[in-house]
This record gives sequence, C-alpha cells and structure tokens, in this order.
Amino acid sequence: MYHLFLVCVGAAFGGLARFLLSGFVGRRFGETFPWGTMVVNVTGGFAIGVVADAVMRYDMPAVWAFVITGGLGSYTTVSSFSLQTLALAREGSWLRAGGNMLLSVSLTLAAAALGLALAGLWIGGESL
Amino acid sequence: MKGRTRDTFLLYAAVAAGSMIGSVLRALASFGSAGLWAGAFPLATLLVNVAGSFLIGFYATLTGPDGRVFAGPHQRQFFMAGFCGGLTTFSMFNLETLLLARTGELTAAGLNVAISVPSWLAAVWLGHILAMRLNRLRGSER
Repeated sequence: MYHLFLVCVGAAFGGLARFLLSGFVGRRFGETFPWGTMVVNVTGGFAIGVVADAVMRYDMPAVWAFVITGGLGSYTTVSSFSLQTLALAREGSWLRAGGNMLLSVSLTLAAAALGLALAGLWIGGESL
Repeated sequence: MKGRTRDTFLLYAAVAAGSMIGSVLRALASFGSAGLWAGAFPLATLLVNVAGSFLIGFYATLTGPDGRVFAGPHQRQFFMAGFCGGLTTFSMFNLETLLLARTGELTAAGLNVAISVPSWLAAVWLGHILAMRLNRLRGSER
C-alpha cells in the first residue's frame, strides 16, 4: 500500500513533467514531427537505465516504486507515440511515420543501454 | 489574467490526476502478473501499452472535431495526456528488453520488440477505426 502511494506521487510529477516538456519542445520545434514525445521517451530511457542499475545493486524497493514505476513510468509514454505515428500515417506521411517508429525504438533502447552502462561505471566497477 | 491562471492550474491538475490513476493501474497490472509469469516475458507492460494505445485512439477520434461525443480541453487532457500517458510506459519497455538481452535471453528480447511495437500501432488504429464507425452511426449530428 505504501509503495502504491509512492507510485502515485511519482506519477503526478512524471506526468506533469512529460506534459510540460513535450509541449515546450513541440512549440519550439514545430508539430510536423513528434519531437516532444521523442525527447521525453529518450531522456526517460536514459534515466531508467541509470536508476535501475543503482536500485538493482542496493535493493531499494521504495526508490523503484517512486522513481521507476511512478516517476519514469508516467513520464514516458507509448500512447502519445502510437497516436502520433497513426496521425502521420493517416495524413500520408509514411516516411515520417516509419522514421518516428524506428528512431523512437532505437534511440530509447540506446539511451537506456547507455544509462545502464554509465551507472555501472559510476557506481561500482564491473557491470551487473 | 486571473481566469487564465486558474485555467492553467486546472489543466495541470487534470494531467497530474489522470497520470496518477493510470500509473496506479499499471503498477497493479505488474504486481498482478508477477506471480503468473515471473519474468519469463514482460507481459504486463505489453498489456498496459496495448490497452493505452487502443484507448487513446478510440477517445481521440470519438471526442475529436467530427466526434460523436463532446469533451472539453481539460477532459481530453485528463484522459489522453494524463490517464493514457500514465498507463503506458516506454521506459519500462526499454528496461525489460535490455534486461532480457543482458541475461542472455536474446530471443525473448527481440520478440519483445517485434511483438510490442506492431501491437501498439495495431491497437491505436483499431481504437480509431472503432470510434470512426461509432461517429458515423445515425444520430451523431449535434
């Protein structure tokens, strides 16, 4: 129950951060390509790599609930990615739709792998 | 200006509240599936991401400009940016895929990517198509 409460509080921060950042990036760089969602998901992917490495080393379930399940889980989003990819496909921008799909998946995976690797170096010598 | 400040505050509150509800549901789904699957395949994340994609596609079209149902901007952001955004998670998909790959389960990691991404897109499309059908039903003029 306590952990569910931590998820809840983390989710409020994560969701708001996503809303503000993706809105800001969207206004700054235009809405023809969903850069806002991309920036959110790539930064969130990097962060989950760093935090997960630390949490798995020291076994901190409260941090997992607050930062990973709540904060970063809510900060990153698949629903906006899906809706925006569908919108690009529906307007006939197949190249952008396919590019969004490939870039999102590859960049977020690369960012998370980088996060895991860097945290491993910063925190404790060898990788888990 | 006062009214605008209040409006902005309500918008943020709607997004935060929706995110909290969506995220708690996601956490419950992952607790619930932990005993069943025990990490063999990250099914809970796939489930919430497919559900969230379906729901956002359905809702966006149903309450859109040609939609059958009216929803104000706060209500739309509560459900789409808040609830669906909180329910779905890209970062956990990343982490679970990498952890599978790191423990040598390369096939499962590859399958997770190959199954998840097309499933999300199929779900959002299905939600959109279903809502379009509802929008076209008789009596949708308002």
